[in-house]
Amino acid sequence: MGANQGYSAVGGDRIPTSREMRINPIRRSLVAVLAAIALKPFAALAAAWNKDGFGAKTAADALKILGASNPVASRDVVIEAPQIAENGAVVPIEITSNVPGTTSIAVLIDKNPFPLVGKFDFMEGALPFVKLNAKLGETSEVRVVAEALGKHYVATQEIKVTIGGCGG
Amino acid sequence: MAGPMKMRATLSGGVTDVRVLMTHPMETGQRKDPDGKLVPLHFIQNVTLKVNGKTVVESQISQGISRNPVFTFRIKGGAKGDRIEVSWIDNHGETNQTETAVA
Repeated sequence: MGANQGYSAVGGDRIPTSREMRINPIRRSLVAVLAAIALKPFAALAAAWNKDGFGAKTAADALKILGASNPVASRDVVIEAPQIAENGAVVPIEITSNVPGTTSIAVLIDKNPFPLVGKFDFMEGALPFVKLNAKLGETSEVRVVAEALGKHYVATQEIKVTIGGCGG
Repeated sequence: MAGPMKMRATLSGGVTDVRVLMTHPMETGQRKDPDGKLVPLHFIQNVTLKVNGKTVVESQISQGISRNPVFTFRIKGGAKGDRIEVSWIDNHGETNQTETAVA
């Protein structure tokens, strides 16, 4: 984008060479095609995906992006997961929030390269519950943050892994 | 590319359990194929659960979810015959969906 602007500024007081004339339209159409590909799924389903949150490399950064920097520890957020997982590639984690008014649940695996593994938004009719299978690269705390009425509540549990689930 | 999905929705004690299985490699982008080349990132990003056409759960997930993801969700109440729909979209824009009736 910046390069294109540069060209037009220069092009204002001299005639572009034939090489510039050739490259510019190609680059412009390439950008347009890439933009169309990137935007297509969102247009189709209007689905949102928190790129920054999922790209965060620490649980603290991911929580900051989710606006949940200082969640309150709560026993009403219940994690049911094995204490020892033999196979880190498939670790079942069941989560229930008993905090009244829970509208979303975020699941983070502290030691994974990208800790945030899922965020679930519950609307009228759904119970604040989810069971999923996650990958654990190594022994890690699992951190579950529930959001209710604008406040955040957290529970953690350590899961020991004997065989990692990432890479390999 | 999008493999089959399986889903079961059962009503018991005023709560409908929806268990759904999706066929997807959920590549982390860190795994190497037998030739030593990195397998590119390929994973489901969004999973949506609808009951009788109304969205009740919107999920955003990462490559940290296991291969061939299985999720269980719960719906308050519900009645036999309610139409349950689950759809997903991955980072390549591929999608799939399935539907069933509450049993």
